[in-house]
Amino acid sequence: MKWDWSAVVDFLPYFWDGLLVTLQILVLGSLISFVLGLVWALLMRVPTRWVTWPVGAVTEFVRNTPLLVQLFFLFYVLPEWGITFSALTTGVFAIGLHYSTYTMQVYRAGIEAVPVGQWEAATALNLPPRRTWTVVILPQAVRRVVPALGNYVISMLKDTPLLMAITVLEMLGEARLFSQQNFQFTEPLTVIGVAFIVISYLASLALRALERRLVH
Amino acid sequence: MSTDTRTPFEKKPDSPRSTGELIRLEQVTKRFGDHTVLDHLDFSVDAGKHVTLIGPSGSGKTTILRLLMTLLKPDEGTVTVDGEQLFPAPEKQVREIRKKIGMVFQQFNLFPNMTVLRNITEAPVTVLGLSKDEAEERARELLEMVGLTDHLDKHPAQLSGGQQQRVAIARALAMRPQVLLLDEVTSALDPELVAGVLDVLRDIARSTDITMLCVTHEMNFARDISDQVLMFDSGRIIEAGAPEKIFSEPEHDRTREFLSAVL
Repeated sequence: MKWDWSAVVDFLPYFWDGLLVTLQILVLGSLISFVLGLVWALLMRVPTRWVTWPVGAVTEFVRNTPLLVQLFFLFYVLPEWGITFSALTTGVFAIGLHYSTYTMQVYRAGIEAVPVGQWEAATALNLPPRRTWTVVILPQAVRRVVPALGNYVISMLKDTPLLMAITVLEMLGEARLFSQQNFQFTEPLTVIGVAFIVISYLASLALRALERRLVH
Repeated sequence: MSTDTRTPFEKKPDSPRSTGELIRLEQVTKRFGDHTVLDHLDFSVDAGKHVTLIGPSGSGKTTILRLLMTLLKPDEGTVTVDGEQLFPAPEKQVREIRKKIGMVFQQFNLFPNMTVLRNITEAPVTVLGLSKDEAEERARELLEMVGLTDHLDKHPAQLSGGQQQRVAIARALAMRPQVLLLDEVTSALDPELVAGVLDVLRDIARSTDITMLCVTHEMNFARDISDQVLMFDSGRIIEAGAPEKIFSEPEHDRTREFLSAVL
């Protein structure tokens, strides 16, 4: 096996395209999972089974079926019902939805970890429920869950190559494309492997900085 | 600065002060599982009075404060505040009644994500509709009274327990309640910090017409500020009277026993 720097150079245009797509998936997917997970967590606290049962059933289903199956389903089955999105949009939504069923559990734990005395103080001050959530409970809950959410971001990053299966050309997709055209596998796969490590590392640095800022 | 020379404690509440009977509990029963915490309890408190609830742990004192603050519901009986019944009551009425009541907790329960100033101004702004400036002025006056003007931009975690509790007192008073519920407010404090908090409360008791319901194990403090002392045992009031009488010549054996153990 020989290392060929010129193959690295040749791969770079593909790499930048793939990197951009991977980062888009990661950033948008994370945002969707953060927002949707919070929505699920809050809906699960609505004091009626008519809400908690359907939400519980759907999220349980999504959490316990493979992301790859969900990707195929959304990409190949939905169009049969007349619902069509681009591969990237479908992929971002699928990964965001999938991870939202994990982040909801993180939020739930975070909300439950806020001491009951905080709720009592909010009641004693007569704060309306909405205000209690937005200025007292959620800021404290979110602060507690940032590290756990961060782990899911890293985990999501490592799942982004799955989107290759629905034709999204993220880093692995580009590497495969390049490899097949040039019969050079070592260099592109090594480059994207390093890129994954670097992105993970930068993401964890960013999250640690965020955690520190949230200490107060 | 306003020309009003009265201390913040002396200013009138936003709602008109009531006179006569302010709080009434009738045949109130509260159970936790098999344990009956309050057993067909009757008592009432007149406006402006300082009533101290004493008795062994688990005798139901704190439960009364928590019922009044609507943190708990009674299983039986009626609770009336300023002529309005609390359980059951429509949410709107509950919110109106809660405006008349403030509470200070054993564990302070300040909001750790907010500065001291924001802890105090949050509810006056969102609940009473004060402007930010009005609320901040009110907060500054109160912080001056509790001796913490230097700390208004700090977060609760940067303060000692005693300081946190004084902020909590200021936070409760910022709502200008008619009734202040004090739930073992010095029990979680290091001994050397207790006096500072009690001094603030003595000051409030002396210089305001706020009604106080106080659960405490600080018997000297109870003797100083109370108009009436209620001795609880097993969910009932077994003896009630002026502090001089309860502390000097209690009638009930159980009271005598309790006092000799704590004094």
